[in-house]
Amino acid sequence: MNEITIGLSREDLPNSYIGRSVPRPSVAKLVEGRATYTDDVALPRTLHAAFLRSPHAHARFTVRDTEAALRVPGVVRVFTGHDLAALCTPWVATLEHLKGMKSAPQRPLPLDRATWQGEAVVAVLADTRAAAEDGALALDVEWEALPAQTDMETALKPGAVVIHPELGDNLAFRRTATHGDVDAAFATAHRVVEARFVTGRHTGVTLEGRSILADFNRADGTLTVHHATQAPHMIQEVLAQHLGLPAGKVRVVCKDVGGSFGIKVHVYPDEMAVAAMSVALARPVKFVADRFESFSSDIHARDHRILARIAVAEDGTIIGFDVDDLTGIGPYSVYPRTSAVEGNQVVNLCGGPYRFEHYRCTTTVVLQNKAATCQYRAVGHPIATAVTEGLVDLAAEALGMDPLELRRRNLIADDAYPTTSPAGMRFEGLSHHASLDKLLSMVPLDRIRADQAEARARGVFRGLGFASFIELTNPSPFMYGIGGARISAQDGCTVRMDPDGSVVAASGVTEQGQGTEAILAQIVAHGVGVSVGKVRVVTGDTLATPYGGGTWACRGAGIGGEAALQGALALKAQILEVAGAMLQARPEALDVVMGEVVDRATGTPRMPLGELGRILYFRGDTLPKDLPRELVQTRHYITKEYPFAFTNGIQASWVEVDTDTGMVTLLEHWCVEDCGRIINPLLVDEQVKGGIVQGIGGALYEHCLYDEQGNLLTTTMADYLVPMAAEMPEMHVGHVETPTRESLLGAKGAGEAGTAGAPAAVMNAINDALRPLGARVTEQPFTPARILAALGRI
Amino acid sequence: MSQRTEITLTVNGERVTRSVEARRHLVDFLRLDLGLTGTHAGCEHGVCGACTVRVDGVIVRGCLVVAASLDGAEVTTVEGLADSGEIRALQAAFVARNAAQCGFCTPGMVMTAADILRHHPEATRAEIREHLSGNYCRCTGYQAIVDAVQDVLEAAR
Amino acid sequence: MKWPATSYRRASSLGDVWQAFAEGGAGVQLLAGGQTLLATLAFRLSEPALLLDITRIPTLRGIALHGGALRIGALTTHAGLGRDPLVARHAPLLAQAVPLIAHPAIRNRGTIGGSLANADPAAELPACAVALEATLVLASAQGERRVPAGEFFTGLLSTALRPGELILAVEVPIGRGGSITEIARRSGDYAMCGLALVGARPVFFGVGDGPVLARGAGAALARGDVEAACAALDTDLDPPTDMHGPPAMKRHLARVLLRRAAAPRQEQAA
Repeated sequence: MNEITIGLSREDLPNSYIGRSVPRPSVAKLVEGRATYTDDVALPRTLHAAFLRSPHAHARFTVRDTEAALRVPGVVRVFTGHDLAALCTPWVATLEHLKGMKSAPQRPLPLDRATWQGEAVVAVLADTRAAAEDGALALDVEWEALPAQTDMETALKPGAVVIHPELGDNLAFRRTATHGDVDAAFATAHRVVEARFVTGRHTGVTLEGRSILADFNRADGTLTVHHATQAPHMIQEVLAQHLGLPAGKVRVVCKDVGGSFGIKVHVYPDEMAVAAMSVALARPVKFVADRFESFSSDIHARDHRILARIAVAEDGTIIGFDVDDLTGIGPYSVYPRTSAVEGNQVVNLCGGPYRFEHYRCTTTVVLQNKAATCQYRAVGHPIATAVTEGLVDLAAEALGMDPLELRRRNLIADDAYPTTSPAGMRFEGLSHHASLDKLLSMVPLDRIRADQAEARARGVFRGLGFASFIELTNPSPFMYGIGGARISAQDGCTVRMDPDGSVVAASGVTEQGQGTEAILAQIVAHGVGVSVGKVRVVTGDTLATPYGGGTWACRGAGIGGEAALQGALALKAQILEVAGAMLQARPEALDVVMGEVVDRATGTPRMPLGELGRILYFRGDTLPKDLPRELVQTRHYITKEYPFAFTNGIQASWVEVDTDTGMVTLLEHWCVEDCGRIINPLLVDEQVKGGIVQGIGGALYEHCLYDEQGNLLTTTMADYLVPMAAEMPEMHVGHVETPTRESLLGAKGAGEAGTAGAPAAVMNAINDALRPLGARVTEQPFTPARILAALGRI
Repeated sequence: MSQRTEITLTVNGERVTRSVEARRHLVDFLRLDLGLTGTHAGCEHGVCGACTVRVDGVIVRGCLVVAASLDGAEVTTVEGLADSGEIRALQAAFVARNAAQCGFCTPGMVMTAADILRHHPEATRAEIREHLSGNYCRCTGYQAIVDAVQDVLEAAR
Repeated sequence: MKWPATSYRRASSLGDVWQAFAEGGAGVQLLAGGQTLLATLAFRLSEPALLLDITRIPTLRGIALHGGALRIGALTTHAGLGRDPLVARHAPLLAQAVPLIAHPAIRNRGTIGGSLANADPAAELPACAVALEATLVLASAQGERRVPAGEFFTGLLSTALRPGELILAVEVPIGRGGSITEIARRSGDYAMCGLALVGARPVFFGVGDGPVLARGAGAALARGDVEAACAALDTDLDPPTDMHGPPAMKRHLARVLLRRAAAPRQEQAA
């Protein structure tokens, strides 16, 4: 597995954990029912918040009377937007480096106008959630419905409802990337193939709803916020800034988180309201979004319409891509990451796996009266990959060429790195061809093609689809920091040894189930030279961990892991210095293996770390006076050479389409991924599989449906369909390892690859199945109705 | 004001008596009245399966059970199954397969998986998937969970 | 949302039920399995003053042969229906329907009486009852009455149940075979389109405001003309648009199901 040694403890030592499938320690508590999610935290005198939410997509409102609500037994206080305006300053979610971007000021609760159905407008606090809901229903609010701008296609046209008149129009952001001469190249190309792609607006459906418990202590001026978040330090900054508190007085604690996927990396107005209300009352205030609130007020994503063309030469060489992307992001850009990033990613990523000369991609990001969209797992990637890989398959069809052959001819050569894509992305080292080879060693291509032909003869239509992809990870400050957002791209880890020889690592990255804590423990165990069971990891507490960015964009392993590795190596050096003094040996002649100081050359045990700890901490009088005593080391890490790391891979999907019913059966799915250094193959595979299924969700099921008035139709889990066990395919995951040279660890990140490529693979598989019938689908989700329509059956 | 009812029932082998509001479902009763926070409310409208618990020997959706109706009932939660040792092999298989990520679905998933072990020891892989099909997991893609259940079933055969 | 404030009482006999109705009138909501009702409380779609728990009333339980029919007590759960030997022998269509209903945890608690009383247009058991020409035995303080399933379902989520009345049992003529098939997006979902077919009685679900007996198609089926039966669905069915697709899709799926359900019989006949 790990062919490249990375200069740590010798790779065959028992505590060489990097590259090993160590079971995740925290699963044990999960199967005991002993995790601690935010809603499990109970504080005395807690008030529970419920919100009256706008029933209209766009409306003026007046809170006429709160008395009836206050008379509901258990209700304690009602807060309107005006009440909170005095407690919390508004925010505008733009980034300076996204040129021309605009959005409107947003407040915890709006003053007099709601701009999407589900926007919280009044808060009610009570001693139970049920009573708070009763109170919210008893509020007397007068609504004056306004015309709503729901269709993104008309958002910039004359007659559009301008959602924020002070902005002048509904254009939030537009960017075009160009390379070469697209018009000339397309005019003379052998073939130009075009298609219209749609990705359905969908959402994260974390099983744990957004959760916050804010507790302001007036006595010492501290605000402690238990929060289901991916980015505790970012939330700390935001709360401090907008509530007028010193950042040092705000502590964000994040224990177990019931899924995030990007949903929990944003600032939500209702959560800001909760924190503000806690400050106002100096009492704990809790809010847990219920499922209806989640569907209507969690961020949505992927609401894109893309018109795209590919130009190819007669021999299959890709000449260029020409892409026009339109996306509707709701009424406000989401703070502080902004809602322009998804469209921007589409511009950065289209055509990504391929070598070609001519590129033009425009994203147009418009406001509309629907729930806000923002970064959700694999931001922009599933869209760019569907467009790219959909076009590649269409080009192959137009040329009468095997789609795999067309990919082989055009995928960037594995020895071509470093290289820069026409979109301007710098690739340090990718492995498209090795990944394709690996995939073909896993996919029984001959059997499948024979099966496909045999099935077609029986009138059964099966298809095999492929999707190469790239994935952007390990972002530098070029993603947010240079735009002015206080979102840290660096991360830190403090590693210490306690008297019993056990090790504690405190990290700024966070755990939402990916296994962040598990891999940090492995890295630290590996780096220090102890058994992984001796390492405890602390994450998710701004008071107890080094400052960091948290977990998003697959940065946990690549950034947080490298900081942990450097911290662990520094601690080990420190241990060896102390051991050298104790044992009267040169530190270089010693090593730490499985919790014992040993002779490096012979492996002879010299002293257990517990004994070293005993002497250092309790009998320091016996040691040389000038011996450093700090068995604690902190290291921070930031990428330096590349704005982003990139991973790559390829997926294959094998499906059967019932051409009578339009139902798609997923038969099997494969993914080869190159995430750089693999720290724990078991966890990487699980990230990939979970990601694939999330991608399949968007491809086949998930859709936030609105009617023309902006009413959300999919507000229950019976209406918004997520992937379930019975329909999901068996998946096979393979790897190629191209470590990044930016870090000693070499990890690039693995959390989003599955989601990035799966929809395109499924789309291409469906279209491979439908090809003999002359039908094609490019609009996600690929519902029975759409497939039947494509087949001309309805 | 919501009317209250006094109920006495057995929860995880212990007899408990509480006065509960008619509007309280079993999940909130377990979590808020008994402090059994292992059972989770995922959708509170009967679809996601996170709140799956055992009532009188069969699995049910905790959010679709009126707590006040449980006088005399026997309720078992993930904590109870863990304490009794009934799911030891299942827990080990979940750990070995990494069949839990964020863990929010896990207690409900474990309750449903334990139901397979008790009532359908001969279940095929497809039948395991079908039996689990009312339990939503956003993280794993299900395969590791199916693997874990199958491992335990096969070990027992 | 949390359920609205309400009250709860357990009835131990039908007498308790009649008394509660007499006292509480329309505010009384019967609680059997609760698998639909309690979800509607979470949507705050209904705010009953009293949840009257009827699950401990012995007369609503049991499955037995009863004068040429199988009498199935209203409290029979879906799971119970699925494992009962009498049902398997005398009304196999109902046993076949069970795996299509939601998921195991729901089937353990949901009841046949509740499913029929709720009359969801996409539910399996109402369609089976109509296809099997079952009879619903209804009771109130005034006594019992019997309503053919074909007359019981009167519109969207509405039935012939009168105020103060409940379903005691369903009586299913024995010895009718039949088949049930449906097309649902995911296992356990409400069907986009489903068909319960008993003899020449095709009853569709998920395509109207209740179970829909396709009379024209049935007449054609009786003549053995499957294609004419499929064609007749154009007039037999008037499906609404829903989130899954337009009426044309529902009609198309209905034809697919009918063709598939009728084909094995034709093969057998040949």
